[in-house]
Amino acid sequence: MRKLFYAIRHYLKMRKIRRRNRSLGVDIALIIILGAFGLFSLYPLIYIIVSAFKPMSEVFIFPPRLVVENPTLNNFFDLGFIIEEFDIPFSRYAFNTLIITGLGTAGTVLLGSMAAFPLAKYEFPGSKLMSNIIVYALMFSSSVTAIPNYFIMSAMNLIDTIWAVILPAVGGTLGLYLMKNFMVQIPDELLEAAKIDGAGEFQTFFKTVMPLCKPAWITLIILSFQSMWGTTGGVFIYSEEWKPLSYVLSQIVSSGISRTGVSSAVSLIMLVVPVTVFVISQSNVLETMATSGMKG
Amino acid sequence: MKKGKEPFSVVWRKHRSKYLMIAPFGLIFILFTFLPVAISMILSFTSFNMAEMPKFIGFKNYIDLIVQDDIFLIAVKNTFVLALVTGPLSYIMCFLFAWLINELPPVPRAIMTLVFYAPSISGNAYLIWKLIFSSDTYGYANAWLMKLGITNEAILWFSTAKYILPILIVVQLWLSLGVSFLSFIAGLQTVDRSLYEAAAVEGIKNRWQELWYITLPSMKPQLMFGAVMQITNSLSISSISIDLVGFPSIEYAGHTILTHLHDFGYVRYEMGYACTIAVILFFIMMLCNVLVQKLLRKLG
Repeated sequence: MRKLFYAIRHYLKMRKIRRRNRSLGVDIALIIILGAFGLFSLYPLIYIIVSAFKPMSEVFIFPPRLVVENPTLNNFFDLGFIIEEFDIPFSRYAFNTLIITGLGTAGTVLLGSMAAFPLAKYEFPGSKLMSNIIVYALMFSSSVTAIPNYFIMSAMNLIDTIWAVILPAVGGTLGLYLMKNFMVQIPDELLEAAKIDGAGEFQTFFKTVMPLCKPAWITLIILSFQSMWGTTGGVFIYSEEWKPLSYVLSQIVSSGISRTGVSSAVSLIMLVVPVTVFVISQSNVLETMATSGMKG
Repeated sequence: MKKGKEPFSVVWRKHRSKYLMIAPFGLIFILFTFLPVAISMILSFTSFNMAEMPKFIGFKNYIDLIVQDDIFLIAVKNTFVLALVTGPLSYIMCFLFAWLINELPPVPRAIMTLVFYAPSISGNAYLIWKLIFSSDTYGYANAWLMKLGITNEAILWFSTAKYILPILIVVQLWLSLGVSFLSFIAGLQTVDRSLYEAAAVEGIKNRWQELWYITLPSMKPQLMFGAVMQITNSLSISSISIDLVGFPSIEYAGHTILTHLHDFGYVRYEMGYACTIAVILFFIMMLCNVLVQKLLRKLG
């Protein structure tokens, strides 16, 4: 409640400071629109959370309800029993996911941003062509490239290693394209200034460019983390001991209706980590943006 | 790639550090993105069942696909309907909501960003729609319609052809506040605040003028990025169709270009043909991209 109060006071203060062009009526209308669509957007997620705590007797009540009368942790305990029966300890799967997600995200953000910088700010032989290839590479269906990718992987002896999942993700162009579009906006004067101070291309990139596009690479971290977190390894990783978490959990979910409660618990667990990463990184963005603007 | 009027050694001396910065990514990109795409394009001219060596058959796949494959035409039609509705709508939604959220103070802004982004962050949470449109009386949609007395018996949502595309559109829109939305949020945060103050002095009267004269022009790169993302996403609807309305869907009502590809690539193992479909989809996307970029440039 106190938080809300401060938020409202802050809002009113901002309105006064900015003094700019806001009418209360439209404000209210907009908040209503936001709220309505927000509910629409949140509804199924509330359902997942609620179902995870529903006892068996409430799962199939008609008409279906969005509240749980006797919340229970049984679904989580059941999940625990199922996990204990695995040949490979659960922590191993979690470890695999951690490594895959960590390396994949770091690689995507670092290599993608580094390649984006020269393409965004300079013209040199080949830069136009490369920029075009990067956009159009986004448009080729990945479900057919998976097959040639498999052959390339096996020619390089990478099948059944975590690299078979990490490298194609790092080689995707979405991150680079995102970063490039933000870097275009960095004023040339700032880069010139860095050069006059004697900074080389690499130093300029790390000391000037990256701090300025923080919102962009934070966004990229979220996107990359999320896609790596959800990867199941598919045919690229077949050894059980290198399979990631989401593979095991999806196996549990796909095993039928008697485990409806358990699969809701699984969905909730799979959701918690990306949401946490999202919240942490978003609040970070807001914090930095309050003090600095890119062009300011 | 590194050609030009100047000799290579001169170019290299001038731009060495730039090429070096691109090199690590470039190497991985060429091996695991560019090469697979190139191979797929070559495979589209072959008959390839993944067990035997590919056999070169020229343009036969392309001719079959366009002249003989009636289901492909249905798929193209469905894909275009889905893309024409969800593409522009989701693009506008992404920007509109990002812009509205940006007006909020920091804490509510963070919360609302999460709320809108929630469907995209939760993996296959869209399967919940299966429950909402479940064909028995347990389904939320049916339960509500019966409670309100609109229908007396449960509607078979996923097995009635006329409901399938509308359902897919609703679910796709629900999922659409994804990558572009986040990039818009980030983009809005990098717009120079002092521009707004200057504009207020210059006589900008309301938030709509502010949007038109300052915010939109300052966000051109993000808007371009968002446009590309929305084009590729809205033309590649497939998993929600397969998971929600089944595969093959009733009367092919939910059949899209990508589910057609899935059919040939992973059900019938006709990889050459599947690659042909991918190449055609690729060119459709390129074409849409060129058109939309032209349009955006005209507006800006």
